[in-house]
Amino acid sequence: MTTSNELLVVTSSPHVHSPDSVPNAMRDVLIALVPALIAGLYFFRLPALAVIVACVASAYAAEIVCLKVMKKPQTGEVSAIITGLLLAFCIPPHLPIWMAVLGSVFSIVIAKHLFGGLGQNIFNPALIGRAFLLASFPVAMTSWNSPLDGMTTASPLGIMKEATGQALPSLVELFLGNISGSIGETSALALLLGGAYLLYRGHIDWRIPGSFLGTVFILMSIAGGIKGAGIWYPFFHLFAGGLLLGAFFMATDWVTTPVTKLGRLVFGIGCGSLVVLIRLKGGYPEGVAYSILLMNLVTPLIDRYTRARVFGRVKSHA
Amino acid sequence: MNLMNEFTKGIIRENPLFRLMLGCCPSLAITTSVENGLGMGAAFTAVLIASNVAISVMRKIIPDNVRIPVYVVIIASFVTMIDQLMHAFTPALYESLGIFIPLIVVNCIILGRAEAFANKNPVIPSVADAVGMGIGFTLALVLVSAFREVLGAGTFLGIPVLPESAPAILMILPPGGFITLGCLLGLMNKLQKKTT
Repeated sequence: MTTSNELLVVTSSPHVHSPDSVPNAMRDVLIALVPALIAGLYFFRLPALAVIVACVASAYAAEIVCLKVMKKPQTGEVSAIITGLLLAFCIPPHLPIWMAVLGSVFSIVIAKHLFGGLGQNIFNPALIGRAFLLASFPVAMTSWNSPLDGMTTASPLGIMKEATGQALPSLVELFLGNISGSIGETSALALLLGGAYLLYRGHIDWRIPGSFLGTVFILMSIAGGIKGAGIWYPFFHLFAGGLLLGAFFMATDWVTTPVTKLGRLVFGIGCGSLVVLIRLKGGYPEGVAYSILLMNLVTPLIDRYTRARVFGRVKSHA
Repeated sequence: MNLMNEFTKGIIRENPLFRLMLGCCPSLAITTSVENGLGMGAAFTAVLIASNVAISVMRKIIPDNVRIPVYVVIIASFVTMIDQLMHAFTPALYESLGIFIPLIVVNCIILGRAEAFANKNPVIPSVADAVGMGIGFTLALVLVSAFREVLGAGTFLGIPVLPESAPAILMILPPGGFITLGCLLGLMNKLQKKTT
């Protein structure tokens, strides 16, 4: 028998091996994003393609450079691609390329690696990138172009907020995606397909998108009832803006959301309430990004107060 | 007593902002332009030198158990003078620094130097300490504000250095202050680790 230098790795139980791994899960998320990617490319064509390629490539490059500089093992590149793609999905298709690159690098370097890298960041990096771009370049980040012909127009939520007198798109157009907006948020249908795939594969918990969308729907129904608008009103708010994108792909980020079941319900309800508050009472027409970021902030608190009781422990006498 | 040592320690080794983490409040609030940083640094240095001298001179007659109120009274008198002088001679700077000039009264660096140094040392070393700390803090403010002004407004001392559409407004908003200070602190720690 030859002596081997390999050490026997001894780990504690359980020893069950699951085929689920971080790269596998990331690959599934990428697959789930494909429908929205196709929809975005179909409606916004070349400008969208350029923004997406720029975001993904710069996020990937920033990740590699960061890991190298910080002398960490080269893992997690797929997650950087997802961050870049998600960022591209929530910015306007006609944004100057260098701004997209800047946002992407900001996402990876500041929001992810300066907080400790994959699994350590407290905020969703893609949303931080968007928040950075929105605060830095408010004009470029809120100039929308209608799909296909590329004419300058307002987003559906902007039309509703400012009451500019422009005709609101019909629900069918909203559902299919023939509306102005960010690259990835146009088609509700594509996002629902992607979300359904993630739910089917078990990568996301139904509680977050369920309670998030449910809260928005219920509160918007009430608001619509008060305004005397019909049942289209809550549906309009469900399909318009980045709500579906946020609810399925950003509010379900494994790293920045609660781990307990009750905590996830609280998280979703909090996100939903904030979205309604910002859309109806706030200064911005859309508030999905900020509401998710705000709830990211309180995630540790939610986890702390919804922690399951430890069985078999005797209550200490105070 | 090594006078040179008292002077140089405030500039890098014990830099008030980057090494002692004091004076964060004005450093985050007023560093939106290099001009503000320089103005704040100058006002701060003047008050620090004057208060260090005064406290050092009176260190034997200040009763120990009321020394903090005494420091505050001394510092407040000098701050009032600086405040009036700036109001008279540099009205624009006075406007843009606003509340942060009167707030030098409770600046933790000045109180800290009074308590930690001027209270225990003779006048000459106290002056050296104050000048060193003043220069260190001014340099720190200028460094932070240079990053913020160039990236956030596209200018340096009011002179445009970046194309019109380039500046990221975020950098002159409060988050930009925290990001800049955080990154610079991290960089300083990294450099210090390398040298020691």
